[in-house]
Amino acid sequence: MSSTQSVKPTRSGQSTHTIRELTAAFSIWLAAGLVMAILAWILIDISIRGLSQINLSFLIDDVTDAGRSGGIGPIILSTILILFVTLSVSVPLSIATAIALTEQLNSESLLARYVRRCLDILAGVPSIVFGLFGNAFFTITLGLGYSILSGGLTLSCMVLPILIRTAEQAINSVPLEHRHAAAALGMSRSTTLFRVILPAAAPALAAGIVLSIGRALAETAALIFTSGYVARTPESLFDSGRSLSVHIYDLAMNVPNGGARAYAAACVLVAMLLVINETTALLLKFAGLGSTPHAGGCR
Amino acid sequence: MSRNDLILKIISRVSALLSAAVVLLILRFLIHEATPALREIGLYRFLTDPSWHPLSGNFNLKPMIVATLVTSLGAVLIAGPLGIASGLFVHFYAPPALATWHRRIVEILAGIPSVVFGLWGLVVLAPIIANLGGSGQNLLTATVVLGLMVLPTVAVLSDNAVAAVPREAIQGAAALGMSRWATVWNIVLPESRSGIVAGIILALTRAFGETMAVLMLAGNVVEMPTSLLSPGRTLNANIALELGYASTSHRSVLFVSGLILMLVVSVMVTVISRRRRTTQ
Amino acid sequence: MNADRKTMKLFPHPFLAFILSLLLTGCFRNPSNEVSGNVDGKLSGKITLTGSSTIAPLITEISRRFEEQHPAVRIDVQTGGSGKGIADTRMGIAEIGMASRSLKADEADLITHQIAADGVGLIVHSSNPIKDLTAEQVISIYTNQIQNWKEVGGKEGDITIVHKAEGRATLEVFLNHFEIDNTTVKPDVIVGENEHAIKTVAGTENAIGYVSIGTAEADIAAGVPIRLLPLGGVEASTATVSSGAFPMSRPLNLITTDSPSSLASEFIRYCQSPEVHDLIRSQYFIPVSSEPNVAQ
Repeated sequence: MSSTQSVKPTRSGQSTHTIRELTAAFSIWLAAGLVMAILAWILIDISIRGLSQINLSFLIDDVTDAGRSGGIGPIILSTILILFVTLSVSVPLSIATAIALTEQLNSESLLARYVRRCLDILAGVPSIVFGLFGNAFFTITLGLGYSILSGGLTLSCMVLPILIRTAEQAINSVPLEHRHAAAALGMSRSTTLFRVILPAAAPALAAGIVLSIGRALAETAALIFTSGYVARTPESLFDSGRSLSVHIYDLAMNVPNGGARAYAAACVLVAMLLVINETTALLLKFAGLGSTPHAGGCR
Repeated sequence: MSRNDLILKIISRVSALLSAAVVLLILRFLIHEATPALREIGLYRFLTDPSWHPLSGNFNLKPMIVATLVTSLGAVLIAGPLGIASGLFVHFYAPPALATWHRRIVEILAGIPSVVFGLWGLVVLAPIIANLGGSGQNLLTATVVLGLMVLPTVAVLSDNAVAAVPREAIQGAAALGMSRWATVWNIVLPESRSGIVAGIILALTRAFGETMAVLMLAGNVVEMPTSLLSPGRTLNANIALELGYASTSHRSVLFVSGLILMLVVSVMVTVISRRRRTTQ
Repeated sequence: MNADRKTMKLFPHPFLAFILSLLLTGCFRNPSNEVSGNVDGKLSGKITLTGSSTIAPLITEISRRFEEQHPAVRIDVQTGGSGKGIADTRMGIAEIGMASRSLKADEADLITHQIAADGVGLIVHSSNPIKDLTAEQVISIYTNQIQNWKEVGGKEGDITIVHKAEGRATLEVFLNHFEIDNTTVKPDVIVGENEHAIKTVAGTENAIGYVSIGTAEADIAAGVPIRLLPLGGVEASTATVSSGAFPMSRPLNLITTDSPSSLASEFIRYCQSPEVHDLIRSQYFIPVSSEPNVAQ
């Protein structure tokens, strides 16, 4: 433990303090250990059942025999396209909303409170309702049909609450002095925002985006009704495309004898997530923004 | 105010309204779909009928409302402490390398599809819990897995909230010779409270909305649960379970469960934010 | 399109919808859902099928073969459940629906085309020594009059009853066969999909459930610890269902309005032809001897 030097026993008579200190440290290490252990358990479980099925042809081939043979090439492509649509709609929308909620509106104003309340409720809408809604609104009313576009748009509605909450926090966490300094330099509000606040908030923004990528990748019910079930290689955003999570669900719950392939596809999904997270961290580092937000001070 | 500022103002406000409008659109959709059932059956019977057998004309949703509340609140009771602890862990306790790994692991946890959680629960966890009696598919199993699923939400938002605590406050505490836990307890947690609570609300609503894993693990019997080991069906599992084969009138009844779920969520959110405002 | 106008009522602000779509997508076009039937004796066009997730994997395989024979044809298979398939076919959103149950009285405006059958059999854990159950015993178990395996000649142990959710086709077949009223059933676990039922029984030694026989056979072959029980002395297997000896089965249907397009009719005829029997068997279903009942 590299950071124990900051705990300085003040007086020998304060043994209750020390006990409390130790108990706290113990519980937090225990909790963190538990989180990591359970996740390791799940991951190992998935890999044991799935890794043996994975090879290059599994990653690029077409789906055959309902997924029991062949690969998942078209499905990976569809998943990436759906994710692309989701992020390109939801990220700008939620950052703009977060700006409104933090920088523009008084947080106790009627509008801000109304928007927040709506977002909280939105987070509680069951994913299957999102799916049925997306089906009625995007695929039928807007005439987008079963398509990657419909799926991506439905998912962007779905990740809005997470993205906006985390973006709000990210912007709020930028120290006040940054703003004061910018104001002293005579920068306009928008310049301050784009030159000072957003770059400073970037690592925390990225954490929110990564969280919602996870949510989008994990979603099944909302996509069955919107981006659909077609496992062909999509030619445009207007084509229907099956996502990895839909494929996993189908193999695990619907296709007899599809279990091993379901786990293999789950391994690919986790690997994709790792690659995305790693790339985000690298990009942030490359932009000189630090890889993670940290409170500092106590190290 | 410069022109850019004005554009920014307009764009951000329109975005805020658009984001909020999605809720209204979904609500309108739900009401539209549920109307035939509400008109024919009336809201009252959904609470007073003897059982849930929609094809035989019995529509009691009360056991499902209870099961939904139990699993969601239980999940947050599990995810809350673990998530906050993991937010504190990465900032104050973990060596930097471990902190990075811990964050990464939590992020992966967020991206595991609920069907995979469901499978893990069904194949690994349920047989373990079955030692306590029954098939292992009950509210307890569902709650535990649901807790794991919403954990990343609490953890990431706590992490962000702790990161937002002004550095000077923490350095000041260190200068005063305050111990680590004293700093965390007296300075960090109070300062980051609103962010952490926001995370918990988000996790709670997320737990309310989760379908697939709960459906695979909760047992889905519609009876008033007597203990954590009794099976139960949540409102959204109800939609997912029966919608597939439902004919037109049955379908409309199922949307009432969706509507009631949104009602429950709104009440919870309103109560929590009221209490939050009055205690601040 | 008629369906468009109907759902438009859902969102009575066309303006709002328009603005939203502009902001969200930038541009959009109507997908060509139109079917152009026979051009120069060659089939071309695109059809969409929606409905039962049980049938969808099978139809996906059949449509791939059909597309190979007719390169200008595109068949999109979507899922969402039998109910969705029926609703979408009625509204004209899909040309063909898929339903793994028979049509109800209020769905008589549509036409069914059976393509395959799926037997429903009782399963128990493979460690369960029970050999056979009479119909009375099954009824007593499901209505909770018999609660211990001992009472039907098994070993000591509380019976865990695995039942299906209201509306499911396998549930209806089961209830109809044993003439049980669903309100009298006292289940311990209610499941949705067949695989869910199988995983539950495989993980619970004292459980009993009923599932698609094809699915159960596939899983037994893969080493899942479950066993199919015979029914009325008839062994539960795809072979006995196929010969007609096994009494519990459900139809797998394609559904159309009374005037399907020529491409849709052609595709349905193909699905009912012996050319696809190998595909039906490979998805663990049972081909039916087809009576050509497609219009024209």
